[in-house]
Amino acid sequence: MACNSSGCESGCYDREKDNGSKISVEDAVAGGGNQESVCVKCKCNEPMTFGDGGSDDGRFCAECFRNNVFGKFRLAVTSHAMITPSDNVLVAFSGGSSSRVALQFVHELQIKALKNYEASRDRSLPVFGVGVAFVDETAAFPALSTETVDASEWIRSTVSSLSPPAKDLHVVPVESVFGSDSLDARDRLVKLLDSVPDDTGKEDLLLHLKMLTLQKVASENGYNRLVVGSCTSRIASHVLSATVKGRGYSLSADIQHVDARWKVPIVLPLRDCVRLEITRLCHLDGLKTVELACRSQCGINDLVSSFVALLQEENPSRECTIVRTAAKLTPFYFNKIPETDDSNVPMATQRRLKRFNLKYDGSMTTEAFCPICNGPLNRSDSSDLDTFEEGQEADVLYAACCSSCRFQILPEDGSYLEQFSSFLPDHMISQVKHQKVDSQAHLREKIKDCLLLDDEEVV
Amino acid sequence: MEAGEAKSKKAGGECFYEVFEEEIHQVIVGNRLFKSGERVAIGASGGKDSTVLAYVLSELNRRHNYGLDLFLLSVDEGITGYRDDSLETVKRNEVQYGLPLQIVSYKDLYGWTMDEIVKMIGLKNNCTFCGVFRRQALDRGAALLKVDKLVTGHNADDIAETVLLNILRGDIARLSRCTSITTGEDGPIPRCKPFKYTYEKEIVMYAYFKKLDYFSTECIYSPNAYRGFAREFIKDLERPRPRAILDIIKSGEDFRIATTTKMPEQGTCERCGYISSQKWCKACVLLEGLNRGLPKMGIGRPRGSGNDQKDTKARSTAKSIESKQCGSLDF
Repeated sequence: MACNSSGCESGCYDREKDNGSKISVEDAVAGGGNQESVCVKCKCNEPMTFGDGGSDDGRFCAECFRNNVFGKFRLAVTSHAMITPSDNVLVAFSGGSSSRVALQFVHELQIKALKNYEASRDRSLPVFGVGVAFVDETAAFPALSTETVDASEWIRSTVSSLSPPAKDLHVVPVESVFGSDSLDARDRLVKLLDSVPDDTGKEDLLLHLKMLTLQKVASENGYNRLVVGSCTSRIASHVLSATVKGRGYSLSADIQHVDARWKVPIVLPLRDCVRLEITRLCHLDGLKTVELACRSQCGINDLVSSFVALLQEENPSRECTIVRTAAKLTPFYFNKIPETDDSNVPMATQRRLKRFNLKYDGSMTTEAFCPICNGPLNRSDSSDLDTFEEGQEADVLYAACCSSCRFQILPEDGSYLEQFSSFLPDHMISQVKHQKVDSQAHLREKIKDCLLLDDEEVV
Repeated sequence: MEAGEAKSKKAGGECFYEVFEEEIHQVIVGNRLFKSGERVAIGASGGKDSTVLAYVLSELNRRHNYGLDLFLLSVDEGITGYRDDSLETVKRNEVQYGLPLQIVSYKDLYGWTMDEIVKMIGLKNNCTFCGVFRRQALDRGAALLKVDKLVTGHNADDIAETVLLNILRGDIARLSRCTSITTGEDGPIPRCKPFKYTYEKEIVMYAYFKKLDYFSTECIYSPNAYRGFAREFIKDLERPRPRAILDIIKSGEDFRIATTTKMPEQGTCERCGYISSQKWCKACVLLEGLNRGLPKMGIGRPRGSGNDQKDTKARSTAKSIESKQCGSLDF
């Protein structure tokens, strides 16, 4: 569910009638002449007013509000086994409000774990590790280089203030997916982005590269979880933009709490919180944020955001409904934490994970993925890779991609495909080859009942 | 008019009409929409979609020998200044295309015109009433004509809007069905949409340049419809990326929805016998609300556990409402 039923701030479950009213219904009935407003949850403290024109303003006191938001975060973490004691967690931090709240909450969880560790006698449960990653996109947005330097500095001081326990900060340029030679890498990034004429395609490609960068940082530094601060509002926009781009098949993979298609599984602990709650929390706790204008103002993604904003004006719980609808789509097998043979995982944790079926068998790989966006491919409309066995690498790339990436990212003119292919980071190219091999394996899997095994006797 | 130009360019400079007609023919054949000898009713409102549909279908029927018996079926909702004008257009189409016309009216079927309904309930939710009533009206008209199939002029823009609407409103069951080119195969009359992949722009172009006789005004009661949000958004999308409309339909077809959510359990309405997943069909529920002066009945989420319907049933046996019952046709 996108929103918990009790104390949901966003105004769903027919609370629209109560929008903006300060006096709770219970008070009007019980108090009679009681003119003072109290928090509708604890009924004792004075409710907070944020004065931001959003729904449910003036209903909850600061404490209950905060507990509600943190409660949703913690519930997501525990019910999806996002963070367990032996994990090493990397928090993707952009400086924006969602990732700031994610970082803050993960930090508080870590403090609590540390307290418990120090208080316990046998010290059986270790404290999970936390690192922070910031992706520097200056190479893609040279005009923002000064702002990015300032943001970087601010991020450094913010992270060091979240101590103890101390957290490593990794500031990585987005072009590092191309290699360690920074000039060459930057050059390749610029060439790649310039070769994509579609604005939306360029934006989306940059997002995919950012994810690859985060994956690289995470795996090279021993992290086994990547925390991304996507909130309900962002996911609602993603649902609509994916629909509009013909990505209906892969949509359910992107919007779950856990996305384990990647080497380092991604977890979304703020998935059930709306942006309004998050900005209010930042205001309440005095959490500073910085918004780098790293997005173009044209393109499909922007249209979708405006549309969602418009819908929100008409009905503040619309984004929750959108996410709730999309949550009814069938997720994929990799939308759970994978089972790993990890002797470091404490026995108690292992037992709990098994009991609630929170993990899946990592050896199951029945999906093929687009090398550019990593979206699972709908087999029925992907080309048969085997026909391109003899073909050029570029043709193989075309065949391996999803129809959306073919349209908005790959060059329209087939003669430029070879050149485009050379601009892609090695990881994406290796995915193409990997997919070819998988496709054979997949075909074999389909017909294995009809195949004679080597040691079977022919009757 | 990019869509049309693209079509002509694609065909190597052939005439836009030829390409348009050929594509519709391919959709009909590729999706096996009809069988030879079938009686087919064309839902005709007098608007551009249904006029082009009637024109092209009768043309293709001749040219490719589909062997179909075609009819025009029109619904009179009783909207003065809108429907009475468009019905004149359909009557002219009957003559122009040589297709027999059947008209069914809300007044005859339900005892209410849309004008009367709007007078009672205002301009919010009126589209819900009209949509529900029209669906049943078409089925009843189709039964009168004894046809095997119903064809409607829903185009790609319409279907894309419906996909978006169902996402916005949380209707996963409808979301799984709304992109099918043929629906209701297990109901009274199956219906299909040959224009599923045809942009509205192309239909407008076809109608305009072929100088087809159609009625081009928006329904006077529609400005507040929620569909308007989706329509505006799609128009905004079409400008930078025309194929977004077909991409939305593709997404709708590809959504991973468990087959168990697809079809609700089907029964029949206890009051009139029409197909229904509930005790009473939606039209009967809405009508009951109108007749009892409770315009909100049947609108929005069900309150409680269907108490409204139980109360209604208890009282209806005492009250005689024969004059307002929905039609006398058996299903």
